[in-house]
Parts: sequence; structure tokens; C-alpha cells
Amino acid sequence: MFDGLDAIVLARAQFAFTMSFHIVFPAFSIGLASYLAVLEALWLWTGREVFLNLFNYWLKIFAIAFGMGVVSGIVMSYQFGTNWAAFSDKTGPVIGPLMAYEVLTAFFLEAGFLGVMLFGLKKVGPRLHFLATLMVAVGTLFSAFWILSANSWMQTPAGYEINAAGQFVAADWWKVIFNPSFPYRLVHMVLAAYLTTAFVVGGVGAFHLLRDPKRESARVMFSMAMWMATIVAPIQILAGDQHGLNTLEHQPAKVMAMEGHYQSHPDGAPLLLFGLPDQKNARVDYAIQIPKLSSLILKHSLDAPLAGLDTVPRENWPPVPVIFWSFRIMVGLGFLMMGLGLLSLWLRWRGRIYDYRPLHIFAMMMGPSGFIAVLAGWFTTEVGRQPFTVYGLLRTVDSASPLATPAVASSLIAFVIVYFLLFTAGIVYILRLMAQPPHSGEEGPRGDAPSHAAGITPASGAANYAQR
Amino acid sequence: MDQMSTIATIWAFIIAFAVFVYVVMDGFDLGLGMLFPLFPKKEDRDVMMNSVAPVWDGNETWLVLGGGGLFAAFPLAYAVLMPALYTPIVAMLLGLVFRGVAFDFRWRSQRERNRWDMAFAGGSLVAALAQGIALGAILQGVQVANRAYAGGWWDWLTPFSILTGIAVVIGYCLLGATWLVMKTTGDLREKAYHLSWWLLFAMLGAIGIVSLATPFLDVEYARRWFTWPNLLFTAPVPIAVAAVTALLLQSLAKRQDYKPFVLSLVLFALSYAGLGISMYPYIVPRSITIWQAAAPESSQIFMLVGVSILIPIILIYTGWAYWVFRGKVDPQSGYH
Repeated sequence: MFDGLDAIVLARAQFAFTMSFHIVFPAFSIGLASYLAVLEALWLWTGREVFLNLFNYWLKIFAIAFGMGVVSGIVMSYQFGTNWAAFSDKTGPVIGPLMAYEVLTAFFLEAGFLGVMLFGLKKVGPRLHFLATLMVAVGTLFSAFWILSANSWMQTPAGYEINAAGQFVAADWWKVIFNPSFPYRLVHMVLAAYLTTAFVVGGVGAFHLLRDPKRESARVMFSMAMWMATIVAPIQILAGDQHGLNTLEHQPAKVMAMEGHYQSHPDGAPLLLFGLPDQKNARVDYAIQIPKLSSLILKHSLDAPLAGLDTVPRENWPPVPVIFWSFRIMVGLGFLMMGLGLLSLWLRWRGRIYDYRPLHIFAMMMGPSGFIAVLAGWFTTEVGRQPFTVYGLLRTVDSASPLATPAVASSLIAFVIVYFLLFTAGIVYILRLMAQPPHSGEEGPRGDAPSHAAGITPASGAANYAQR
Repeated sequence: MDQMSTIATIWAFIIAFAVFVYVVMDGFDLGLGMLFPLFPKKEDRDVMMNSVAPVWDGNETWLVLGGGGLFAAFPLAYAVLMPALYTPIVAMLLGLVFRGVAFDFRWRSQRERNRWDMAFAGGSLVAALAQGIALGAILQGVQVANRAYAGGWWDWLTPFSILTGIAVVIGYCLLGATWLVMKTTGDLREKAYHLSWWLLFAMLGAIGIVSLATPFLDVEYARRWFTWPNLLFTAPVPIAVAAVTALLLQSLAKRQDYKPFVLSLVLFALSYAGLGISMYPYIVPRSITIWQAAAPESSQIFMLVGVSILIPIILIYTGWAYWVFRGKVDPQSGYH
């Protein structure tokens, strides 16, 4: 019994670890694929070289990030079976087809056109190449559609029956796919991916503006990123609010944990800004709170009663401290993002956007903010689903494989070592690419290979590399 | 056969097709990785890498379809086999991670290039070996009780599974070598030709030993292959293997660059058909048939619609991607 519990904790740690590493790459590549499509479209439309340079610059980064997303994603598709066999047997008939459609409509599309996108511009010409870029961008969005549908079904299961073997079976595919939380989660995540990319691009642009405010490529990418921040960050906050209301309707215990509401508030619940949730004694210590504001946000009325975790059986409580904090990190970053967007808008209006250094320093510091917000958001929603894998229907403890602790422990250690080793290297390479400004005649992902440029031999190519 | 059984059978063939496409497509690409240590020159390695760089991601997607398809269409088989093959699967995944990142990383650092070349070769070897071991472990059967794997954590490791592991490594190397013959020129091609001869003989030896060992795993395998009237269907397989081998030797001798690769693919297809004959209709040999493991009709039909529309489209644009990068890799230009 004790052994079994340990193995499940390890299996959960393994899933959380591999998933957290994985999600940052798709979150980046969904946004970056769309950004690349926009850059290439602008290049084809205006003919300005700066757009092609930016395209090739970000394409090299995309190649690395996408590769890391692919390999860490293959791990995910097999981990359901290795560590969560009971879950796979029971939910396979419902979730499996959604993932199969993800493979068929998204992964193949991305992979099929990626080669042409990365290496094929000279071979197929600009128009077909643009088509390939578009297909890759569309593929990343299809992928988000299906995997978020599958995830949302685990959060708010609908359209299912349970058969004699104890498996979930689809009764109505439409209801399965468009389950109650799916539209909200899809919008929230795709916007998050776009914002993540916008802040990375903005951070890199700001970095190069700090060194040389006159550099055209840095100006263009910084300006584009700041438009995204200005427009999308407020929309994202609205979308997140709607998502929260949807969660309140379908997964109230998750919202109670986000709010830190162990107790019910019959006449207006306070909004806890900060505090230290104490799960054992079911209270929040040192709470700083604004009276009645939580009821106003969630119920649009100051005195609306709001139930707390005391209305939920204790064995169904999610771990409040994790969710309480991850939610605050996400929301805090969201408001900082909106702040940067509004500041940039004001400076743009005043004509100072390219030379006001504090803005650039702020934007550079916000470069990784999207990744942190995405991770915090996923921690909120996934930990908030506990102690279930299929909310309210299948408990996490009943989902695991017949696991042996040493097997899970050693594979977890192997994943930790390999991921840190390889993905650290990948991130270092990405940062090195970002440290160079995009320059005129920027090359694609084989920049240091023997090049197409006239007169460059492999030897001089290598020499060029050494000089850089 | 009722409608449900028919659909389950169709699905078994779809999964088998996905796995086969994976085996041959990622096969040459893993094989090429394993041959890396034999080609120490940087220029050769650049060409080798460039010959698969535009397509490797698509090749590996078939593995996701095989795994994802099994999860969706035969969830019980997926739930039993994955824990049974825990160690080889995790090893394969880690191997694929190593080689996958190497595709981009090796171009990003002059100083660390050798390290990523090692990761590429080592990752390819681990992945290929793990896949072969998994195959052997499936063929020898796994213990099942109450819809779950009931064996131990080392059950997969037997002399037979090691044998199939080595056989798959050799087979992939043959695909890799003949792919290089087709895609390269000069000294690199000469060396690949040379390797192809040796690897072909090794592959024939491996096919022979695995074929002889399989019937000893279980009398059912022996009965299936060697009794009348089954012989009518099974006998053509070894005969065809002999014929394809003859053609392959001839094409190597005549130095017809593209033929050895195509004929190696045929050799793989025949070996694969042989495996199919041994396994059918089991998806977990001697424990679970494809009909027992099948997902409910609503799931299988829902996916069948998608598969019948999307797989042909996928094959078209994948074919286009291969067409764009057809012909010999120019060592001077990479892919610009």
C-alpha cells in the first residue's frame, strides 16, 4: 500500500516534470510559427529586406525550439501508457481519438511542411515556401485545438457513457470535443502562446535597441511585439476572467483553492491578495484581503454568498497552497504585461518608443514572463483538478499503472538528467542566437554550414563563424 | 465477422501500416545515425545530416501515430504493453530525445559539434536497439491479469529479445547505408556501397536466426508456419526473401544507386509480413486479440472517418516534401 502510493507520487512528479518542460516549447512555437508567417507575408507584400532578415533570424530559433518540442512531445504520448495504464485503458476510447486527430491533422502537417519551411526557400520559390510556413503555423493551432479539447474533457467531462468494462465511451462526439471548458481554455491558451512569443520578441528587440536604438531590424520587431502586448494583454485578462467564471460553474473547488477560500462566506467573500494557506488547519495565515471583492468579481454583486472548501468533502480537496500561489503569479504577470503594453502605447504616441531606455529595460526583463505565466497557469488548472484525473469521475490514485517504485524512480531520474543536460544546451544556443542582432543578409538555419552565398567556401564559412 | 470485428481488423491493419511506415522511414534515419562513427569527416557528416534533416520530423510522426493510434483504437493493448515494455520504451524515448536535438544543435556550435555527433549516433543506437528489444518482448508474450500487465520489470529481457534488438539495429544500418548510396556522391557513396554489402549479409543472417528462433518460443508459431495448408501462405515469404536478396546483390554489383534502398525496403516489408503472420490475430501475443482490445465502435468509426480522409492527404504532402529534396545532396550547397 505504502509502496503503491510512493510510486504514484513519483509518477505524478514525472508527468509534471516532463510536461512542464514540454509545454514551454509549444507555447513558444505556436506563437512563433504565426509570427514567422506574418513576417514572411510582410516580406512578400512590401518587399522590404528587413522582414526577410527577421524571418531568417527567428527561423533559426524556431528550428531549435520546435525540435525540442517534438522530442519532448513524443515522450508525452508514450507516458500515458507507461505510467498511467489504468487511465489509458479507461479513457482511451474518448481521449485517444482526440489525440489521434491531433496527430493526423496537426503533427503531420507541421512535420510535412517543416523541412520546406526550414531549408526549401531556394528550392520551391517564395510562394510555395510561404504556403509551407502557413501550413506549419496552422498545424500548431490545430494541435492546440485537439490537445486542449482532450485536456478540457478531463477537466469538464461531457458526452460520455461508461461501458461494461468500466471504460469511458463517447455517446456524443460533438459534446466530447466541445465540452464546457474547452472554448475558454482554447482561447486563453492560444492568446497565452501569442503573448509568450510577443514578449520574447519584444525582449530581444529591446536588448538590441539598448545597444543601438537606430537598428532597423530591432525597431521593427520591438514595435510589432509592443503592439501585441498593447492589444492582446488586455484581451487575455478578459478571456482569463471568463475562463474563471466557467471554472466556478464546473469546478468550484478549483476556484475556492485559487481564492484561498477554505470557509464559506454567506454575505460577500473577500479577495485575498496575499497570505499563507495552511492546508492542514484549513485557514490562510497573514491574509491581506479586500472585503467583498471576490464576490464582486465572481458573482458581480458585493454581497453574493460564495461557498468555500468547507462545503466540499475533504478527500476531494485540491492542494490549496500550490494553486493559490501559481494563480497569483499568473495574474500578477498578466497585469505587468498589460502595464508594459499601455506604457509602450503612451511612449509610441509621444514618439519615444525607440529611445526611452527604461521601457527597453522593462521589456527585456519581461522577455521570459510569458513562459512563467504559462507554467503558473497550467499548474493552477492541473493541480486544481486533483485529486482526480477525470474530474469527479476517476481518481488519480486509480489511474496509475501497476507501478514498481524503483522503475518509476529510475526513469524519473533519467528524464531529469537528460532534460536538464539537453534543454539547457538548447536554451543556451537560443540565447546565443538572440545575443546577435538580425543583420542584413541574415541566413536560415544552416547559416554556418557551407553556404549558398557566392564565393563562400566551406573553409571561409568556418572562418566567418570563428570570427563571430 | 460482424461489423465491429471488421472495423477492429481494419484498425489493426491501419496501426500495422503506421508502424511499418515508421520502421522504414525512421529506420534509414536511425541507421544513418548509427553509421556516423564510421564517417569521421565533418564534410561527410554534414551531407549525411542534410540528407535527412528536412524529413526526420515527419518520419518520427509515424511513431506518434502508431502509439497514439494504439491508445485510441486498442486502449487495452496500449495499457498492457506500455508497462510491460517500460524500460525499453523509456530508453527509446530518451534515445530519440538525444538524436532529435542533435539535428539542430550540431550546427550551432563549432566546438561542441563532436559531442552532438556522438549524441546523434548514440541516441540512434539506443532507440533502434530498444525498438528491436520491444519487438522481441512482444513476440515472446507478456503476462496479463485483470486488464493489466501482471509480469515483472525485467520480463522483457531475454536472449530472444536481445537477438531481435541486434537484428533491428543491423536492419536499420542497412537501410541507412543504402539511403546514403542513393543520396550521396564520391567517397561517401563508395564507403556506403562497401558497408551495404556487409550489412546485407548480416541482415540475412539476422533474419535467418530470428526466423529459426521464433517457432521455439511457442508451438503455435511453429504450427502456423509449418503445417498444411498454412504453408501455402507462409512458404512464399522465405522464397520472396531469397528472390529480393538476389536482386539486391545484383543491384549492388551493378551500382544502381537508388535500387538497393528500394529493395531493402522490400526486404523489410517481407520480414514485417512474416511477423504479421506470426502474430495475427493477437495484439498481445497469446493473451489479447485485436477484438478483445478494440475500443468501442463509436471511437473506432469516429477515427476511421478521419483516417480515410487524412492519411491519403498526408501521404501526398509527405511525398511532395521528399520530392522537393529529391536527388543527391550537393556537398557544396547544403539546402540553400
